[in-house]
Amino acid sequence: MTDLAGPDDDSENGTPRMTRSELIQRLSEMNPHLYQRDVERIIATVFDEVSAALSRGDRVELRGFGAFSVKRRGPRVGRNPRTGSSVQVSEKHVPFFKAGKELRERLNTED
Amino acid sequence: MTGRTLTRADLSEAVYQEVGLSRHESAQLVESILKQMSDALAAGATVKISSFGSFSVRQKGQRVGQNPKTGAVVTILPRRVLVFRASHVLKNQINASFEKARAGESGQQPTG
Repeated sequence: MTDLAGPDDDSENGTPRMTRSELIQRLSEMNPHLYQRDVERIIATVFDEVSAALSRGDRVELRGFGAFSVKRRGPRVGRNPRTGSSVQVSEKHVPFFKAGKELRERLNTED
Repeated sequence: MTGRTLTRADLSEAVYQEVGLSRHESAQLVESILKQMSDALAAGATVKISSFGSFSVRQKGQRVGQNPKTGAVVTILPRRVLVFRASHVLKNQINASFEKARAGESGQQPTG
């Protein structure tokens, strides 16, 4: 899981990857009039905004791309797999993403 | 715990406030980010955004399913699905925030 690979050859087990820094690089190339540090801030703002919304319990709906929401996992009695003793696991909230229709369709029509 | 839904417009507004580009250009940049990510995913790539999470494409094999309403047996063709794994940073941020809300709440129930 290192980020040592370059922007174009970043395969790991044959699966191509795009990281945050590659996204920054691509957007910088597309917008030569912007400083790279501004592109970095723009991308950070977008993901920070989604994170902050989820932390408030809000949903984020991006048509065509997908929707982020938070699901509640109720308290439960879990077990320590090693000792078998039961432990109380308190309620928690987990982020959830559902791909949008357009993206879901693209996944199955392109290579 | 306000229960709102944010859209592209909210993200562009945040970019506009933060960076000081025009509203139009802020909106276009948000669109570009989503497009770059979508294009990569459509090409089968994994998109990994540090401290946020990673999106990856998983190949599902053919299986036999049932229409829950009619009970009819149908073959579900092999297909590709998108999975999102939130980073620990995001998970911790969300849980810390919900715990804080619960600790500070006075008779008000947070809505799921």
